[in-house]
Amino acid sequence: MSDGKYFSTTKKGEIHEFKEELRSLEKSKKKDGVKKVIAAMTVGKDVAMLFPDMMNCMQTEDLELKKLVYLYCQNYAKTQPDLAIMAVNTFVKDSQDPNPLIRALAVRTMGCIRVDKITEYLCDPLQRCLKDDDPYVRKTAAICVAKLFDINPELVDDRGFLDQLRDLLSDANPMVVANALAALQEIQEISGKDMLQLSQNTLMKLLTALNDCTEWGQVFILDALAGFETRDPRDAEKIAERVLPRMQHVNSAVVLSAIKVILRMMDICQSADLVAAWSKKMAPPLVTLLGAEPEVQYVALRNINLVVQKRPSILANEVKVFFCKYNDPIYVKMEKLEIMIKLASDKNIDQVLLEFKEYAQEVDVDFVRKAVRAIGRCAVSIERAAEKCINVLLELIKAKVNYVVQEGVIVIKDIFRRYPNRYENIIATLCENLDSLDEPEAKASMVWIIGEYAERIDNADELLETFLDTFPEENSMVQLQLLTSTVKLFLKKPTESAQKMISLVLSCATNETDNPDLRDRAFIYWRLLSTDPEAAKDVVLAQKPVITDDVGNLDQGLLDQLLRQVATLSSVYHKPPEMFVSRQRLAVQKADELQDHQFEEEEVPGAASTSTAAVAAAATSAAPQVDLLNLDSGGPEAAAAPPRAVGGIDDLLGGLDISSTSSSTPAPQLPVLLSDPSKGLVIQGKILRQGGTVTYALVIINSSASPLDGLMLQTNRSTFGLGPVNVVLQVPSIAPSSTATALVPMLYDSTKILPGAASSKLEVAMKTNQAGVLYFADAVPLASLLEESGGIEGQAFLNAWKTLPPETPQRLQLTVFNIESAKQRLQAANLFVLAHRPVPGTSQEALYLTGKVGGINVQVLVEVRLTVGVPGMDVSFKSERTDLATMTFEAVAQILA
Amino acid sequence: MALSSAHAIYFFNLRGDILIERRYRDDVTRDVAENFRTQILNSKDSSAIQTPVRTLGSCTFMHLRHADVYILCISKNNPNVMLAFSFMTSLVSLFKSYFGGDLNEANIQNNFVLIYELLDEAMDFGLPQITDPTILKSLIFQKGSSIDFFEKKKEKADPNATLQVTGAVSWRKEGIKYKKNEVFLDLVEQVNLLMSSNGTILTSDVQGRIMMKCLLSDMPELRVGLNDKVEDATFHQCVNLSTYEAQKVITFVPPDGEFELMKYRCHDGVSLPFKVLPVINEMGRTRLEVNVQIKAAFSSKIYGINMTILVPVPDNTAKANLLVTNGKAKYDATKKALVWKISKFMGESDHSLRAEVTLVATTKEKKPWVRPPISMQFQVPMLSASSVRVAYLKILERKMGSEYHVDKWVRKVVKSGEYIIRT
Repeated sequence: MSDGKYFSTTKKGEIHEFKEELRSLEKSKKKDGVKKVIAAMTVGKDVAMLFPDMMNCMQTEDLELKKLVYLYCQNYAKTQPDLAIMAVNTFVKDSQDPNPLIRALAVRTMGCIRVDKITEYLCDPLQRCLKDDDPYVRKTAAICVAKLFDINPELVDDRGFLDQLRDLLSDANPMVVANALAALQEIQEISGKDMLQLSQNTLMKLLTALNDCTEWGQVFILDALAGFETRDPRDAEKIAERVLPRMQHVNSAVVLSAIKVILRMMDICQSADLVAAWSKKMAPPLVTLLGAEPEVQYVALRNINLVVQKRPSILANEVKVFFCKYNDPIYVKMEKLEIMIKLASDKNIDQVLLEFKEYAQEVDVDFVRKAVRAIGRCAVSIERAAEKCINVLLELIKAKVNYVVQEGVIVIKDIFRRYPNRYENIIATLCENLDSLDEPEAKASMVWIIGEYAERIDNADELLETFLDTFPEENSMVQLQLLTSTVKLFLKKPTESAQKMISLVLSCATNETDNPDLRDRAFIYWRLLSTDPEAAKDVVLAQKPVITDDVGNLDQGLLDQLLRQVATLSSVYHKPPEMFVSRQRLAVQKADELQDHQFEEEEVPGAASTSTAAVAAAATSAAPQVDLLNLDSGGPEAAAAPPRAVGGIDDLLGGLDISSTSSSTPAPQLPVLLSDPSKGLVIQGKILRQGGTVTYALVIINSSASPLDGLMLQTNRSTFGLGPVNVVLQVPSIAPSSTATALVPMLYDSTKILPGAASSKLEVAMKTNQAGVLYFADAVPLASLLEESGGIEGQAFLNAWKTLPPETPQRLQLTVFNIESAKQRLQAANLFVLAHRPVPGTSQEALYLTGKVGGINVQVLVEVRLTVGVPGMDVSFKSERTDLATMTFEAVAQILA
Repeated sequence: MALSSAHAIYFFNLRGDILIERRYRDDVTRDVAENFRTQILNSKDSSAIQTPVRTLGSCTFMHLRHADVYILCISKNNPNVMLAFSFMTSLVSLFKSYFGGDLNEANIQNNFVLIYELLDEAMDFGLPQITDPTILKSLIFQKGSSIDFFEKKKEKADPNATLQVTGAVSWRKEGIKYKKNEVFLDLVEQVNLLMSSNGTILTSDVQGRIMMKCLLSDMPELRVGLNDKVEDATFHQCVNLSTYEAQKVITFVPPDGEFELMKYRCHDGVSLPFKVLPVINEMGRTRLEVNVQIKAAFSSKIYGINMTILVPVPDNTAKANLLVTNGKAKYDATKKALVWKISKFMGESDHSLRAEVTLVATTKEKKPWVRPPISMQFQVPMLSASSVRVAYLKILERKMGSEYHVDKWVRKVVKSGEYIIRT
């Protein structure tokens, strides 16, 4: 017989049955009952109403039973604070039980119950348990201090628990030391203050305990050591000597935390010999991490990526271990590939290229594309390998697999930019594949190549012409490129056909397009060509700076910061914690510090970001020599495009292709949320519902003199718990005097729900790298929260309407001229019309509406009485949450207005 | 940086139903876990690569798949991610050890009370505590569901259990007694190979493990000496790492019963037990000729067993005519491969498989066949693939001294890891 049977009761009336069993005098029946309740709790049934009966089972000799009741108590005490007090006596009694397991259990559970009255009673037992003779009780009590701090920091201060915790760092038992340390680190995290204050003395104690404590304790100690602030090389040597053997631990977390410590000590140590010796010892454990589960490998690979950037020599000879296995999960393969590119060198390039070629013939499209890009990136970074890379690319292109061809063209464009005038002989092969190009980036790349080498391609004009036929339908990226390439062609070979083409393109781009970027650029060319063709040559055909491969390379400051975060989420995302940690408190504290760090964003799994963003702004800074249109913004063509990463096309033009810059499509006028002239920033925005999700439509206007980037959005707790899905806004850098729009998807975060009377108020913080953190308040329109699935049955509505207490109706000054269109509008806004009938004895008609408010999941019921064509309507409202009335009236008014 | 790696831990089945919910802090709710199902497991966005770490709003989701179960840690802020994953993998082995079987949906449901009890000891306030089964078994005696729950033997609680589990030698109890002292040491080597189609070895390495079974009385100290060929090793909690660092001798007081003493890895001097020479020719669009030759590169005194060779063939394979010089071979449509099984493969011998594969002619233009690699499974008892040797195994019991007699058994075996030959 097994515990599975406890899940099987699903019939009605089971709560009653549970009650019976819990009250049974028979021990085994009682225990069965408790197990059934826990099973019901596990599958998500609400068993809160059994609280008193469960509490009655608490006093028992049966340890297993006691644990289950305690577990229940932790889950439901918060919902039943008054009843929870019943448990206090048992807790206090248990905390003095002769059995250390029960003493520990009591103090551990009490700390998890966040009910004020219980917390009061926790202090004395905790005081005792911190001094308990049994180390098991002490190690549990140590963590309980951190729990208490999370509930009530003042209490911890008042009772001197912090000092007691620090005393435990000298405890004779290694596990107690480790837990006391962990508790202090947690408290540090919660409070944002330095709680550890590691002295030389404690340092020695920690190093001693490191040898004897559990694997997890070792991680706690190692993470504390990594944060130990010292500039003394002797300290570094001492620490490293003790930590080095830890790299051979079987537990991956111990290994990676040990590596973090050693990396840190390498920065401090001044002996090059020692650093070299440590480096040598670090390679095998890093490689061993790749033998673990794929998920562990993934975390390891993200960290190895950082290590390789900082100290490339450590794994210089190990590129082979990163070769992808056929059945590695795709997320592992992608990371391995990235590291292979970083480790590729003159010495191993032949082998690495063979691998890439192999991968480029696999089945997963994303992986294949990345492999093709990898070949291109190696060509750009290793000059001597460029030719070999090109040969491999040509071979791949010849196989005519569509997406391989497209990707191949894109990387060859980069190779041309890196080594101008060297490999033009392959253009013919590329031209054979012209027809198969259907992706904008590939097309744009090919068009760029044709324009750039127009003088060497005999039929360049014909080739471009084939693209021109479809000019109006092309993606804007291709259009921009076609425009520039046609101008290049014309300047290089001013034949009759080129002349015809240029006038065609210029007229298309100025008259038949809505895209302001394209139009502006065409006008610039037009004026340039008509006033001073020589200047046009200087600008359009200018020498371009050579590019380098810096995709995924982090800037030094950020890299050092991330290396101190090895093993943490920050190291996985390659972003400093401030970018995703949502606690307002932390965000504010670190805001100033953050401004000092400029970083280029990298493609991050999970929290995807815009990799092309950073450069756009920089482009503008290279000011044009001739102020052509008396515009402050808008870049010069190709004149002085800054060198940038492989992969994007926009910089080839030096122009700004990102739609959000310079006078983009005019956004609808949204209410101004914040206008801060001193920071040069205006934010307009509104919360609305789009495609079934709550969306924050934002317009950010940068009126300052410098580009704006690193935009992040965070919300405070509010009635509905609204918060952004991604804290980091998917908005590229905003050039001066330009505007960006963003539609930020929002979600309900139940931990952000602010209890108390409902309010539409939402406090928002917006952060940018330049302006720091800015706060504003907005109102959440209830209409945006109404869910698509919010309709209920007529009968259910009727029942609810009858049972709920009546509220005062509100008179809205609105006139409805067409009741059917009003119904449609309500329906479209997720206020579902359940009934429409005339009110007897009057000329009025009544509409019965309902909707479900997301986040708090509350049904609202509404009755509207009106006479068609006559101003004024009476709206009545009923709901479990009567405090939603005002917001609901506003919503109805907004929808019908 | 936060150590706390799980504000809550969840177990899901593949449908995304919650099997176990254990919250360690109350800033995470069940709704948040529902987000995992809707936004990560059943995410409609197929373009994004599904990484095991994702952040939605203020919560970070770290998940791991084992058999038909997802394990999920939810955390906030900037947790130690490696700690979280390492903890989850430890939970898997902990549960397996208690269940006496694999960790899967059925076993989780059948043992949920036990699991809650274990989770209580394994983590507190999101901080991992004790996950070593040998240690926990002195605190939680309940067995997995394979033993009848009500008839389980009530073990007596050890009054010193709490002292022992927190102490320096937490993994071994005092006062263990055996009539006959025995120790078994197995050197298990897994050899991995990635070979290119032209026979070049791209990568090869050996992942070795030393598995111990100690049936020893009292508090013995064991010393294992290896020839110093070990490039990279990791050790069980019981091994004194500092002594190893200084003297290259593995010194330890063993846990009672079976455990993995160490793992190691060798790149150089790997002797591959089998050489494989595949020749696959595509003869037009409807026929394929396959010829795979395998050579055993070890002494003729020993032999390989339980061998399976998988030779992938295209999806549109209709039938295959096979001829082998040893064992049995057939075309397996579900695996899309020719499966060749050999029960005994003598050293220094060679065998081959010849096949003529007929393909169904397809009318529409297909992508060329990607030629997945050939993979191979085998075991060769009494062989080493690396040059690692156990030089000695010494046992010392301080109280008993020379009165302490032990029977020692040392064995070795080579197994296939990922033995992959590209075609």
